[in-house]
Amino acid sequence: MTASLATGNLHDALSPIARQTLPGRLSTTGVFAWRALVKLRRVPEQMTDAIVLPVLFTLMFTYLFGSALSGSTGAYLHELLPGTLVFTALLVTVYTGLVLKTDLDRGVLDRFRSMPMWRPALIAGSLLGDAGRYLVSTTIVIGLGLLMGFRPAGGITGVLSGIALVLLFAYSLSWIWTTLALLVRTPATLTMASFLVQFPLTFMSNVFVDPATMPGWLRTFVEANPVSHLVTTERALMDGTATTGQVVGVLLAAAAVTAVFAPLTMYLYRSQR
Amino acid sequence: MTRSQHGIPATEVGTSEWAIRTTGLVKSFGGTRAVDALDLAVPAGGVYGFLGPNGAGKTTTIRMLATLLRPDSGTAEVFGHDVVADADAVRHRISLTGQFASIDEDLTGVENLVLQARLLGFSRRFARTRADELLDAFDLTDAAGKQVKGYSGGMKRRLDVAASIVVTPDLLFLDEPTTGLDPRSRNQVWEIVATLVEHGSTVLLTTQHMDEADRLADLIAVIDHGRVIAEGTPAQLKVSVAADSDAQPTLDDVFLALTGHPADKEFAL
Repeated sequence: MTASLATGNLHDALSPIARQTLPGRLSTTGVFAWRALVKLRRVPEQMTDAIVLPVLFTLMFTYLFGSALSGSTGAYLHELLPGTLVFTALLVTVYTGLVLKTDLDRGVLDRFRSMPMWRPALIAGSLLGDAGRYLVSTTIVIGLGLLMGFRPAGGITGVLSGIALVLLFAYSLSWIWTTLALLVRTPATLTMASFLVQFPLTFMSNVFVDPATMPGWLRTFVEANPVSHLVTTERALMDGTATTGQVVGVLLAAAAVTAVFAPLTMYLYRSQR
Repeated sequence: MTRSQHGIPATEVGTSEWAIRTTGLVKSFGGTRAVDALDLAVPAGGVYGFLGPNGAGKTTTIRMLATLLRPDSGTAEVFGHDVVADADAVRHRISLTGQFASIDEDLTGVENLVLQARLLGFSRRFARTRADELLDAFDLTDAAGKQVKGYSGGMKRRLDVAASIVVTPDLLFLDEPTTGLDPRSRNQVWEIVATLVEHGSTVLLTTQHMDEADRLADLIAVIDHGRVIAEGTPAQLKVSVAADSDAQPTLDDVFLALTGHPADKEFAL
């Protein structure tokens, strides 16, 4: 019968397989990080936004407004690039939520949730793998900046610590998106929410324009905006003038966001449907 | 062979004579009782058919038994382990294949199976060996390196079943495994079920197709509005309605007589 499978093989494949010792928490987390990295390779579309937007913004702002805003494109790029780095990382974090939402909707997670394993591993691992995504987009921004003449005074150390700090911040921020992913009904809602939150937060900050030129009420908002603080710290790191206080401030903010949204994510994940 | 070196001796089947027992199981969504005081006793070994129209409560029941959903009230045990209090013990004995193939469409076939095996504690190399073995058995070797996205419905379903038997489960939930499949793929899934049962697993199969239940199931529970309205072997169920009918009844007739509507309605009533 043509419809038949290789019945002999089927019997072999079903002959009792010894259950293995289940992997520990760390290994399980590692397996899910591996999955996130494989997905990054298999779904290159995920990266398009993360690459195209920052490249577009860096080129556009530098050459369109650079001379008008800072006197020269070179001077503006010096201010803009650390800001673009932050802008990019913020933008990409929403994908962590989108991937989780897609997994939930497709029922992929049902199988994992019906298996004996340490439950937080799935989300912790995925977030870890997503750090790969942030690394790709930040590297592209820095690379483009160097090509355009960005010469940070802080040298390699300044740039690397700048990247490390922004990755850490992005990691903490992605817990907000995983929380929202477990609350919203459709992935489109999540995208919408990300626009509503990210655009005001990034444009009403010191990423693109010097707050000194803004009306007072707006300047108050901009100066209180945590994105502005992160950008100021990033600029200082790349200039080699960052103070411990600045860096610790960002680290504390990241810790605070994680402390609230990581447990919230896990609570919502455990009580799914 | 490599497989026996790796540890703990395998699956113990039949430590309890019941694979599943529920008493007064209830689950509501909003105002609707999806599962309404369901009593179920599924013996270990063989295929137990769970028959009912869309919206009858089949999937909700399975989600509770698979520890994915918490019952509102009542109790459910799988091989003697409570699904709420002892969820992890239940998870060691079961495997689940969803109504919508719950495999990762972005990954390739082999990546899906390796992922599954790694999560079950297989070493990297052994996971790969096991993945290849399963792909071969399910006639998927040619598509092993392709993203599942591009698979046909039948291929996806076979991969989904393969992922659920990386370690042979004591109890396998098959939720409408042949919905939307062509006859050839359907036959293949049936063959897989029969082989699993030969190897001592219990299979809880939900279906809307009478011929499928008739052919595969040793026992059938007919479920409607979240309750079991009849239970028995396919033959017993047919006899139960034969009195009111002059011709040889089919399970379709049984279903119609019990629920007042035909089984293969596309939408829930």
